[in-house]
This record gives sequence, structure tokens and C-alpha cells, in this order.
Amino acid sequence: MGYPYSHDSEVPMLTKHFGDPEARTLAGWKARGGYAALEKALAMSPADVIEEVKTSGLRGRGGAGFPAGIKWSFMPKEREKPHYLCCNADEAEPGTFKDRELIRWTPHQLIEGCLIAAHAIQAEHVYVYCRGEFFEATQVFARAVEEAYEAGIIGADVMGSGHTIDLTVHVGAGAYICGEETGLMNSLEGRRGEPRIKPPFPAAAGVFGMPTTVNNVETLCAVPHILANGGEWYRQWGTEKSPGTKIFCVSGHVRRPGNYELPLGFPLSELIHDVCGGIRDDNALKAVIPGGSSVPFLSEAECRDCMLDYEGVIEAGSMLGCASVIVMDEKTDIVHQVRRMAEFYAHESCGQCTPCREGSDWVVKILRRIEDGRGTEEDLDTLMEITRQMTGTTICVLSDSVAAPVQSSIEKFRDEYLALIRRGERVGAA
Amino acid sequence: MSDNTTTETVTLTVDGQDVTVAKGTTILQAIDQVGTEIPHYCYHPGLSSPAMCRLCLVEVEGAPKLLPSCVTQATEGQVVHTESENAAGMRRGVLEFYLVNHPLDCPVCDQSGECKLQDYVFAEGRERGRSREPKRIFGRDDFGGDVLFYGDRCVMCTRCVRFMEEIEQKPLLTIVDRGTRSIIDTFFDRGLEEAEWGGNVVDICPVGALVSKDFLHKARAWDLKHTPSVCGSCSQGCNIDLHTRDNLVHRIKPRFNADVNGHWMCDYGRGNYEWMNRSDRVEEPTFVDDGRAVQLGWDVALEALEQRLAGVTGGVKAVVSASWSNEDLGAMAKFVESLGGGEIVFRSARAEDESPLRGFPSLARRRDLVPNIKGAELLGMTRVGGDEGRGGLEGVADHDGLIVVLGDDLADQDEFFGSKASLFVYLGAHTSVGASAAHFTLPVSTFAEQKGTFTNHEGIVQEFLPALEAPGSARPASHVISSLVGAPA
Ligand SMILES: Cc1cc2nc3c(=O)[nH]c(=O)nc-3n(C[C@H](O)[C@H](O)[C@H](O)COP(=O)(O)O)c2cc1C
Ligand code: SF4
Ligand code: SF4
Ligand code: SF4
Ligand code: FES
Repeated sequence: MGYPYSHDSEVPMLTKHFGDPEARTLAGWKARGGYAALEKALAMSPADVIEEVKTSGLRGRGGAGFPAGIKWSFMPKEREKPHYLCCNADEAEPGTFKDRELIRWTPHQLIEGCLIAAHAIQAEHVYVYCRGEFFEATQVFARAVEEAYEAGIIGADVMGSGHTIDLTVHVGAGAYICGEETGLMNSLEGRRGEPRIKPPFPAAAGVFGMPTTVNNVETLCAVPHILANGGEWYRQWGTEKSPGTKIFCVSGHVRRPGNYELPLGFPLSELIHDVCGGIRDDNALKAVIPGGSSVPFLSEAECRDCMLDYEGVIEAGSMLGCASVIVMDEKTDIVHQVRRMAEFYAHESCGQCTPCREGSDWVVKILRRIEDGRGTEEDLDTLMEITRQMTGTTICVLSDSVAAPVQSSIEKFRDEYLALIRRGERVGAA
Repeated sequence: MSDNTTTETVTLTVDGQDVTVAKGTTILQAIDQVGTEIPHYCYHPGLSSPAMCRLCLVEVEGAPKLLPSCVTQATEGQVVHTESENAAGMRRGVLEFYLVNHPLDCPVCDQSGECKLQDYVFAEGRERGRSREPKRIFGRDDFGGDVLFYGDRCVMCTRCVRFMEEIEQKPLLTIVDRGTRSIIDTFFDRGLEEAEWGGNVVDICPVGALVSKDFLHKARAWDLKHTPSVCGSCSQGCNIDLHTRDNLVHRIKPRFNADVNGHWMCDYGRGNYEWMNRSDRVEEPTFVDDGRAVQLGWDVALEALEQRLAGVTGGVKAVVSASWSNEDLGAMAKFVESLGGGEIVFRSARAEDESPLRGFPSLARRRDLVPNIKGAELLGMTRVGGDEGRGGLEGVADHDGLIVVLGDDLADQDEFFGSKASLFVYLGAHTSVGASAAHFTLPVSTFAEQKGTFTNHEGIVQEFLPALEAPGSARPASHVISSLVGAPA
């Protein structure tokens, strides 16, 4: 059951109960088979839980696609200090709206996933870091947490297992950078939301200096299904390297935008033209950003054979990221879109690193000038060089996120820039 | 002590040159050992390293990206390039980023001439910046205390914020907003007037964003002469440089000493220099002969004094100041000894409390507000008087034998001090009512005008050099006194 639209190609696993208000309550969740996976996991050793998730091949859904089971295995085997799990619910990447729906329709699914993961990494406390603007979702989630505490599912002696796992809902103050895992930790500790240099890695010294694992909402929501049915079972969908299902957030110029849960490796063109009902007004496709606004553009030609799994999208010329598919039709002003994205990132840069702080603002200023018809061809070279110097030179990859759309749009849609620049020249000469 | 007696070392290559460093050394420090400097802003040896300015990026063979040398440890066999096209090109790029919003107001900026942005850009920046965009404007802010903030010049290295957090441990500065709108600020109506070590942020600011109000537009950096000296404002003995021009001290800067003061000094010591520039000085040796004041130069004065000393009776009482050097005080002790001995006293102002620098525990503004208490005590001299540095001279004022005063301005004494003495000799720097009755008034130089040593509160003997020329015929007290005890001056 997708929401608001669904399609036959979907494999509703995480999204099965979207649109069903009863699934939000503890009783409703249990009636739908909820918390059986948790009970099963609690009877297993942490190492066995990790092994099961490793078998599934589940990859992180927050953007980087790092295998969840392997990440968990980085945590110290012995609990000498407190261990923490952070659930990253700061979802703020433009074009992404899956975590919000998971939280507001299936809060207990997330609680269950958090508790299983906490058991696996021997964490005594889970912090769920919610994006500040998620008013409704956070309310729904807080209510579910309260219910779960009352029922003895969270807290001392989780489901009679003898383990203590607490869970705190933390609401951010509205900064995109707090979605970066180390920025999230600083924010949680009451510091400025600034990413930290690594090493040390979170598994060694994370939040409050303790061993920490950070996982995305969708990653954690997949965990109960894997524990209930086994890692091999999860592999019946997707590809060898990208197993399972993934929620695709489709926005832009399609007839039926929304969240669709599909097996990884699904063809992009089928997603657009079949699942989403095609392009609005039967217009032609111009470009797609397949993974949230921080990844490179795909041109129409590159979209044609693109398979939506981690490897397939790289092969096509971009990245799967968090699978936020932004579709742009022939009427789209690419320069305008790029300028707006760059403005977003410039506004959200934490400002620590010089290339990101100064570079993103400079990029925006140049793009504005080009859009105003006061650009030159040299500006394009400058943009390419600035963005090159913003790539791979900073503490986190927000800086790279400014660069990717700018570089790929100049490479793939240069004539749109040139048209604006030439028009500008004519205006200037008159 | 552990069994770890030999330090482990690693050998790496920096731009083709082998360098062996202790394990745990960063690449930046290793580069420093080779004798070259890798540009850096956020790194400061006295502070934590946030690795955020990205200016110190170097190429390390085998690493997929450039690495910040300030936090990357040197390892065995590492091959580091600072001058490769990749590393140098990136550095040029970062420098250009700094200039996108920098006002380039060097002609009116106090930092000009000692500015790390000027230095780095001159050394390897692009000849012309490519930004044609309007610059962001922040303007100027009074941070309190002696500190002014020129927001547009700031390179956001956060050294100042970290100094207040980590070293003074009074977090009075912070970063407000984010991205290119980030700006350093104080909290509402609070500011650095609450700090006691706030002046250090001006020193560590690599550019002209934080400047001293006291020094504002007083001198250009390149006109100042720097002379190594020791702070005379308390018994800690912070190592300093006196910055002078036209025979005036214009400012004091701390000079690194790992054991005594690190990179730091207190605001009190930093601001206490105007007395070195005072004009009410004793300039010529003067003695009273038959009721007439005679000024005929050192030779005549000293000869007359020697004659008077030969016939003096009633014992000697001496008063010194612990702001004078070990050499001066030592000569004084010998002199009194040669006259048959007698008590030598000194007075010194004492603050109610110490004022420690929490992040550098061996440093505090000490209670004794003069530099050489320890030196005086080691020479057997006795402290008298109260904590304000006054009183305690009752027994001296009416003494009918020989009174010798060195350095003490006698500021609390009236014109009858020493009027009953058979001989009253005043070796002083400043004119004084208390010295009105002196038979001999001999001009001596202050520590800013001579070479010498002080012994700090822990017994460390530290040297200072002359930064100013002494006025008139003033000379070091040790020279004057030694010529009286027959030793060569
Ligand atoms: C600028 C920036 C913003 C990010 N925002 C989010 C976010 O909102 N949600 C999220 O889950 N991951 C976000 N990430 C990725 C996280 O750093 C981290 O990789 C992820 O939460 C790990 O979870 P996963 O392994 O389950 O994917 C962001 C990364 C960067 C660099
Ligand atoms: S890259 Fe940008 S957002 Fe990331 S830490 Fe650096 S300045 Fe902050
Ligand atoms: S004011 Fe100076 S020390 Fe402080 S952040 Fe700016 S440049 Fe750095
Ligand atoms: S602590 Fe003492 S020696 Fe150091 S600067 Fe202050 S007054 Fe001078
Ligand atoms: S000095 Fe290394 S990043 Fe700033």
C-alpha cells in the first residue's frame, strides 16, 4: 500500500501500512504482527542478530549505502562504556520524504527496528533525532514511544528480556547539516551542529564520546522484517550487491508523485513512465536527479537504461543517494533549478570549512548573475574550478553536494547556460 | 616513570627530504622540522585542532584525498608533498576563497605587515582574484576590554573562540549563525571586559579582525623594534617582547616560553607599560654641596660621594625596589656589606588573589606585582610595609646614619624623609618628593633600558635586553654602585 498512490510493481514491506491509522497504535501494530521480530531478536545473541543483518546485505538508506550489518560489527564487542544508537530522522535532503511517512504511519515499526539494532550493538540508549519541522510525525512518534514504555517494550527489562534500552526523542532546530551523522551528534550534545573530523569514527567515540552507531530511519525500519523472515528471505528482492526493497520518493513533473517501495534494480524509465504515470502534460523528459539534490543530474539519454540500484545509478552517471527521484520535463529551467539548489546548500553550510563556506556563497552569486543575464562564458570555467576545489577538500560532503549539480549541469546542459549568457550579451550591447 | 625510556620515532619524506620525528607528531609539525611552513589558520600550537580552515592540506602518497596536515599523524615511510600541483593548487584555491569576501583594507589595517593573509597570498596566491561579486559586509564591533572586532577581515579560524573556551575557560566569544553568514560575537551585553587574559585573542588572530584599542593606528608593524624582555608586572615573569618606536614602548607582546607562560600573558601585564615612557625622570647626577645643588657629571659626583662615604657614621639602612635586576640588587648587597652590613628592605604591592590561567596551569598573574621578589629574597633582603606597597619605612625615615635608596620612588614619603641622615643617597629613575632631602640623587635606568635578569617566583632566572635608551646620563644602578665598592663597572 503506497501512499497516496500505489502501484502493482510495488513490494509493500516497510510501506505496507501507510494510510492505515490503526497501525499507529500499539494494539494495531501488534495485531499486524508487530514486535514478534523484536521478541525473536532478544532471544538471540547480539552477534547472531548482526550476522542475520549481514546476510541480508541491507545497505544504509541515509545516502551512503554502507552495509548496516558491517557498520554494527564495528562496535566494540564488550560493553566497557555505554553504547549508543542514533536514529537519523533529520530527513532534509531536498526531494526526500520517506522517513517522515515511515514515522507518521508506522512509528512502532521504527521503535522495533531501533530496539533490535540497540540489542545488536549492545546500546543502552537510543536517540531518535527528528527534524525540527516534523511537527505531526514527531507527535505521532512521541505518542507511540509513550505507549511502548507503558507496555514494557522500551525501558528497563525490554519485553521481559532483562535488557534495559531507553529511547529519547530529540527534536532538532531545523538545520540540514544536523543530518550529517557527526553534526547530529554535536547537536544532540547541545553544541553547534558542525560535523566532526574523522577519526575518531563514531563506533570508537561518537555521541558523548561513547561508541555510537548512526542509522537512517528506513534502514532501521527494514530490520524487523529481516529478523522476522531471515536475511536470505530479504535477498529475494533487489540485486546481488543491492538487495531488498527501497522507498523511492518521486517528485517533480510526473503525474503521480509520491513514495513507492520497489525492489532495488528497478528501471528508472519504468518508474517514471509506468509507476508514476508518466510526465505531466505528456511533455518530454529533460533530466532526472536520482538521489536527492546533492547528486549529479542524469540527462534524458542517461535515464533510459538506468537501473535503480547503488551500482546501476553510478554506472549511469550519478548516485542513488537516498533514492529521491526528482523528475524535470522539457519546460524546466535548469540554471534556475541549480541556482535554487546551490542556494539551499549555501544556506545550510555550517561554515567550518573555507571551501564550503566561501565557495558555496560564491557559486550562488555567480549563478544569480548568470540567471540575471549578466554572465560570461568565463564564469562557467570559474564555476567548474571553484566546484572542483570544493570537492573532496572538506570535513563533510555537503561541499561536494554543492559541486555535483553545478558541475553536472554545466557538463550536460551547457547550452542552457550559454543561452542565458548570450541573451545577456545582447541586452548589454543594446 | 614507565619503562618507556626511549621515544619511538618515525621517518617520513617531505618534498623529497627525509625527516625523523617522534611518534605522534603531526605532519604539520614534521614539515615545521624540515624548516618550511605550511600555511595554516585554524591550527595554533597552544590550542585544539579543528582542522577546518583546510589551508594545510597536503598530498600523502596512497591517500585518496588531500589530508589536513595539522591533525594527520606522521607515519613510517609516509611520502608527503606540499608543493605538488595538487597540494599547491588546492592551497591557491583556498586562499582565493578567503579573498572573495575579504575587504583588502590593508592600508588602514593594524595587522598589515604581520598579517598571515597578506603573507600567504603574497607568497603563493593568484595574482588576481576572479571574484567580481559584491562583498558581504559585517562592520565593526566593540568586544569589550581592549579588543575591537573588524568582522569583514575575519577568516573564521575560531582561534579566539577556542582560546576563551580552552585556555581562559571563560567562553565569552562564540560563533553566531552559519555558513558564510557566520560571525564571531560576544553574548548580548557581556564582553571581554570580564576576561583577564582577553588580549591574547588579538595576538593569535592571524589577520586584522581582532585588534587592540590601545594600539589602534599608533604604529605600523614594520616600524616597530622588538626586544626580548620579561614582564615587570608580577613575579610570574612572562617572557615578552617590547615593541618600540622613537624610543617609546608602543605595545607588549608575549614571547613563547614553554615553562613559564606558553604563548600567553595577562591583560594587566600587557597594559602596564606607560610608566616606561614617563618623562618625569631623574636625568643628571646631582649632589648638594654647601647647600648648593651641583651637576657636574658622573665623575665629579662619584668622587664627591666616595669622600662623603669615607666619613659617614651611624650605620647604613638601605631601601630597594624589587623591580630592579638581580645585578643591581646584588651590587647593592655587596655595597652594604662593604660598609659593615645593615638591613636592606623592599616594599611591594600585593594583589588580594592570584589570577590563574586555567588552561595553562603553570601560569597565573601572581600576588606579588613586581618581578624580582625572589631575587631580592635570595639576596637576603626583607619585605616591609603593607600590601599596597606603602609604609614600613618608619625606622629608615629618621635614621641618622647613611640611607641608600635604589629604585623605590618613596611615593608615600614627605620631604622630611632622610632629613636627619648624615648621608642620604637616592639612586632613582623618577623624581620624587620623598627624595627631596637626598644629598646625592643619581639617575639609574629602568629594566626596559638595560640588560639584566629577574628571578621569577619559581626561581627561574630570566634575561631581558635594553629596548629603550635611558634618558640623560642615567645608567644601570649596578654600574654606579660597583664603581663605589671599587669593582670595575
Ligand atoms: C550534509 C549531509 C546531510 C545528511 N542528512 C541525512 C539525513 O537527513 N538523514 C540521514 O539518514 N542521513 C543523512 N546523511 C547521512 C548520514 O551522515 C549518515 O551517513 C546516515 O545517517 C547513516 O545511516 P545509514 O547507514 O543507515 O544510511 C547526511 C549526510 C550529509 C553529508
Ligand atoms: S563541508 Fe560544509 S557543511 Fe560540511 S563541515 Fe565543512 S563547512 Fe560544514
Ligand atoms: S576574529 Fe580572528 S581569531 Fe577570531 S575567528 Fe576571526 S580570524 Fe580567527
Ligand atoms: S602574569 Fe604576571 S608576568 Fe605574566 S603578563 Fe601578567 S603580570 Fe606579567
Ligand atoms: S590548519 Fe589544518 S585545517 Fe586549518
